[in-house]
Amino acid sequence: MNALDYLVLVGALLGIAVYGMWRTRHRDTLGSYLRGSGTAGWAAIGLSVMATQASAITFLSTPGQGYEYGLDFVQNYFGAPFALMLIAAVFLPILRRLGVFTAYEYLGRRFDGKTRLLGMSLFLLQRGLAAGITIYAPAIVLSALFGWRLDATIVLTGLLVVVYTVAGGSDAVTITQKYQMGIIFAGLLAAFAVLIRRLPAGVSASDALVVAGGFGRLHAVDFSLDVHRRYTFWSGLLGGFFLALSYFGTDQSQVQRYLAGASLKESRLGLMFNAVFKIPMQAFILLLGALVFAFYQFERPPIVFNPAAAAAAVGADSGKLQKLEADFSSIHAQKRLWIGRWLEARHSGDAAAEVAARSEALAQGRRADMVRTQVRSVLLRPGPAGAEANDADYVFIRFVIDHLPHGLVGLLVAMILAAAMSSKSAELNALGSVTTVDLYRNAVRPGADDAHCLAASRWFTALWGLAAIAFALFARLAENLIQAINILGSVFYGVMLGIFLVAFFLKPVRGTAVFWGAIGAQALVFALYAALTISYLWYNLIGCAACVGLSLAIQAGIGFGTREDRHA
Amino acid sequence: MTPPEDESTGLPGLRSWRAVYLAVLGVFAAWVALLLLLTRMFS
Repeated sequence: MNALDYLVLVGALLGIAVYGMWRTRHRDTLGSYLRGSGTAGWAAIGLSVMATQASAITFLSTPGQGYEYGLDFVQNYFGAPFALMLIAAVFLPILRRLGVFTAYEYLGRRFDGKTRLLGMSLFLLQRGLAAGITIYAPAIVLSALFGWRLDATIVLTGLLVVVYTVAGGSDAVTITQKYQMGIIFAGLLAAFAVLIRRLPAGVSASDALVVAGGFGRLHAVDFSLDVHRRYTFWSGLLGGFFLALSYFGTDQSQVQRYLAGASLKESRLGLMFNAVFKIPMQAFILLLGALVFAFYQFERPPIVFNPAAAAAAVGADSGKLQKLEADFSSIHAQKRLWIGRWLEARHSGDAAAEVAARSEALAQGRRADMVRTQVRSVLLRPGPAGAEANDADYVFIRFVIDHLPHGLVGLLVAMILAAAMSSKSAELNALGSVTTVDLYRNAVRPGADDAHCLAASRWFTALWGLAAIAFALFARLAENLIQAINILGSVFYGVMLGIFLVAFFLKPVRGTAVFWGAIGAQALVFALYAALTISYLWYNLIGCAACVGLSLAIQAGIGFGTREDRHA
Repeated sequence: MTPPEDESTGLPGLRSWRAVYLAVLGVFAAWVALLLLLTRMFS
């Protein structure tokens, strides 16, 4: 990165933060601070929901997925439009009509105080722990690539988010997210344009798609019923539906975004914006990765994309690695030759020659993969938290650094950090709001006035932000901490969704039944997690179904006519 | 409890929310068809 890149990077990130603070300098009531001033239109809500979900991982890992495995991961999002429609039709009108600040406040109205505290605890535990990773993930990649100090990267990006989120509350999050999404769209389009222009002379975008498809990177939809396949249309539709319903419907960091709409119509249309554009956006990011793969069939790729891992080749391994590097180069040259013949035969309509050349190119590709696997087994030993070991996370950003002009490199790094900051600000805003509304004003200081709660909310938001920074600084020292937190997040989602589904759809079930049903379901999920090795998506389904089933059974035991609980 | 909100969609041609949801389903089907076309054309 040169001075121009740093100018673009710092200018974009600081400019958006300062503008967001200036626009929200008069948020001095609790309502406007927690829920916004009630003027957000559908576009602002739609972009805010999208920006909250799109973290730095989206722009580091997803193109890496496209590079390594192709487009099939897009199927995971097939259930999202259905979940968003259910939320818009059922969840949203009830939450808006009750005028609640948080989703868990609704649980208190619908059930009782203990169920509200249970929902709040599940959220704070899950989101509070994950908040540190939001800034840790991009910091570890960018510090490896640019030689930045990891602790300084975490502290600077973390503090910038804390300052504008504490100052302006919900509106500051919504306003900054709109411009952060602008940076993200500009970055994606710039990367795509440069990628197409950088293809060798005589190789068109269509040729690049043919090569990517030939190597299996454009297999986007799989109707197979085989449960062992990683991603299929059916697992994406069913598993993706429950995952999206629990994330968008019960996670306050999302609920707070769409409750900020000026009206029911604006909030609903904001959700429908995501129902329409979420799938193509993910497909486009994966396609970028697949096209980077095609690009590297014509230009020799680094065997290992993480430069810090490549630099670790010292001592006894270096001779072996040099030989493997030389093998890889000669195989790549052979592969490129056969790909040239394959495309030539395709252009001239010689089908037999095309099939022969393609199969030879694929054979060379398999040889190259074997060498790559050998090199990686030497270089990429799992580091702390296992996070550094995933070389695919470095593919896209390494392409950006090696092949984009100065200025655009700064824009793409700004894109990754803007994505991290947009998710982080929504998380902090939600954590601060839930701590204030569901814990402090509900259980600690029930009589506190709005001015006192506004000040408390600012303090809680700042404390969560500082805790996330401290956690991110600690994360690099703790073995396998990140996987543990990701797993922890996924084992709570199902039960949380179960509680909300009972609340919205099973009116005869009351607080005591759903509280103990949820506790029982969560215990079952933990027991199954210890005993089985199934995909985390299934725990979501099991936790949800068990919570609903147990709640109904307990209520049947108590009796459906009894009125021992408050019922809204 | 706030008063019931206006249920209009504000979209020309899609006057009920049921029509909006059906349109979103149509768009979903179109995206899947496009991705299927990409799969069949290049794989």
